[in-house]
Amino acid sequence: MKLSASWRKALAKYWQLYLLLLPVIAYYIIFKYVPMFGVQIAFRDYKLRVGMWGSEWVGFKHFIRFFTSPNCWPTISNTLWLSFLSLIFCFPFPIFLALVFNELRSPRLKKTMQTITYAPHFISTIVVVAMLMAMCSTSTGIVNTLLVNLGLAKEPLYLMGSGRYFRMMYIISGIWQNAGWNAIIFISALAAIDQEIYEAARVDGASRLQQLFYITLPGIVPTIVIMLILECGRVLNIGFEKVYVMQTDLNLAVSEVISTYTYKIGLERLEYDYATAIGLFNSVISFILLITVNSISKKLTETSLW
Amino acid sequence: MLNNNQKDRLFQWVINLITLIIAIVTIYPLIYVVSASVSNPVHILSGKVWLWPVEPTLTAYSRVFKSANILIGYRNTVLYAFFGTLTNVVLTIMAAYPLSLPDLKGRNFVTFFITFTMFFSGGMIPSYINVKNLGLLNNPLAIILPGAINATNMLIMRNYFINSVPGSLREAASIDGSSPIGTMLKIVLPVSKPILVVITLYYLVGHWNSYFDAMMYLRDTKYFPLQVFLRQILVLSQMGDMAETSGVDDMTTVLIYAALKYAIIVVSAAPLLILYPMVQRFFEKGIMMGSIKG
Repeated sequence: MKLSASWRKALAKYWQLYLLLLPVIAYYIIFKYVPMFGVQIAFRDYKLRVGMWGSEWVGFKHFIRFFTSPNCWPTISNTLWLSFLSLIFCFPFPIFLALVFNELRSPRLKKTMQTITYAPHFISTIVVVAMLMAMCSTSTGIVNTLLVNLGLAKEPLYLMGSGRYFRMMYIISGIWQNAGWNAIIFISALAAIDQEIYEAARVDGASRLQQLFYITLPGIVPTIVIMLILECGRVLNIGFEKVYVMQTDLNLAVSEVISTYTYKIGLERLEYDYATAIGLFNSVISFILLITVNSISKKLTETSLW
Repeated sequence: MLNNNQKDRLFQWVINLITLIIAIVTIYPLIYVVSASVSNPVHILSGKVWLWPVEPTLTAYSRVFKSANILIGYRNTVLYAFFGTLTNVVLTIMAAYPLSLPDLKGRNFVTFFITFTMFFSGGMIPSYINVKNLGLLNNPLAIILPGAINATNMLIMRNYFINSVPGSLREAASIDGSSPIGTMLKIVLPVSKPILVVITLYYLVGHWNSYFDAMMYLRDTKYFPLQVFLRQILVLSQMGDMAETSGVDDMTTVLIYAALKYAIIVVSAAPLLILYPMVQRFFEKGIMMGSIKG
């Protein structure tokens, strides 16, 4: 094999580092790119006996089956609802926290508040859902006890059992879990704002509230936009774990999302080809969404991911 | 009309009030769980426990620590978290450092090769089939290998190296005769402690709290991590070996379970909750320097 002079020079200088990269590249091929090629079973009639390559091509059969199945629209709409509600309600909280903490005059208090609000992020999904179930239980849960004793509810509410409150509980617990942790990026962005601008504003007689709205908030808009684009790209990739753990037969009508449905079709009913088709549909839409939102933002705000 | 000084004081009051509310809302569920875990279960069921423990007792904890499943789960989780995180961090450095060097030929291609997988992946089922074809089903390696590198974490670390390790530092070392790997180990990594801590913590938390890979890839109870047992006990209400229902009536079982749930939650979540405040000082710098585009 003949190498160009520039490659020979690079290899001579950095051969050790290329050696370090080899296992990394091997990892990506084995665990990421091989499954990527495995996606073709979405277009085949997968037979375990003959394997992927021996299975017959069937074109869009599995996709058509999904789009014509009665589960198709409810699943997509549940996914979109849960995602958009999460986006609308969960996204602003970290920004709000960062802005509030930024106004605290005592550095120690600020640090303590950060410590406190990070805590839920370190608790596992299983435990968060278990806490929800225990605290919202109709008979013994503290939430229902409080609601009834404070006169906010006439009788205990089936907060975790019924589909009615599923989305609300999902979102409220999501805010509790992640608002503090997700605020870090905004807190760092706030720390980077030039302090002299505040000085100048004070000299001009701006109140703290005015400084918040005219200096602090605009200062982190680029960070907000980037985070928003990333969130939009994730709209269809609503976290599998928490939805799956919160799912019960009673709330299935609102809690069955694309990822949980894919899991059941693929790993419980073992219809690998059909499940892969649903998953592929999901990732293609997510990818298109991400690119669209990113290019819109590029035009409007000159902020983009790439 | 208020003057600016009064307005600012009012503003500070509002901020302080909001801060107090945030603190209470965040911390209340945690205090409640701890209190319930050490209270007499009769009072949990009657709603008497709402903030502090009532009739403190450690019975629930002694039961938790006698449960074979919890102990197996705990041991497995510690092992997965240790070996998994070690693999993660080593491989992430092996990718991030070379890719942070501006004059490493081919680095753009390799970076693209890695980032592409963030936007497009095979998905759940092809990954499962892949693990199955590799013969890793029901093998503890299935918990460690498929997620050996996280592309986002790799990029954060690479950006940190680009943004906060001056090129002159590396050049000086290489003029002094240091090999590229020597420079990485002796010069670059020691000055990159914030990002190493942050990334280690990310991976560690991921391993400690994950249940999905284990649910998908493992069959034998002896390999299950803690979270899988927690799901059985807490979410699906299967008490397993902790109930010892022989000679005990239903009401007692309900009582035992009421306190047990909270004790298990505390035991499983405590290690990370104790750990993270110790390394919190690295979060901001690590995340900020890592998220600026390199």
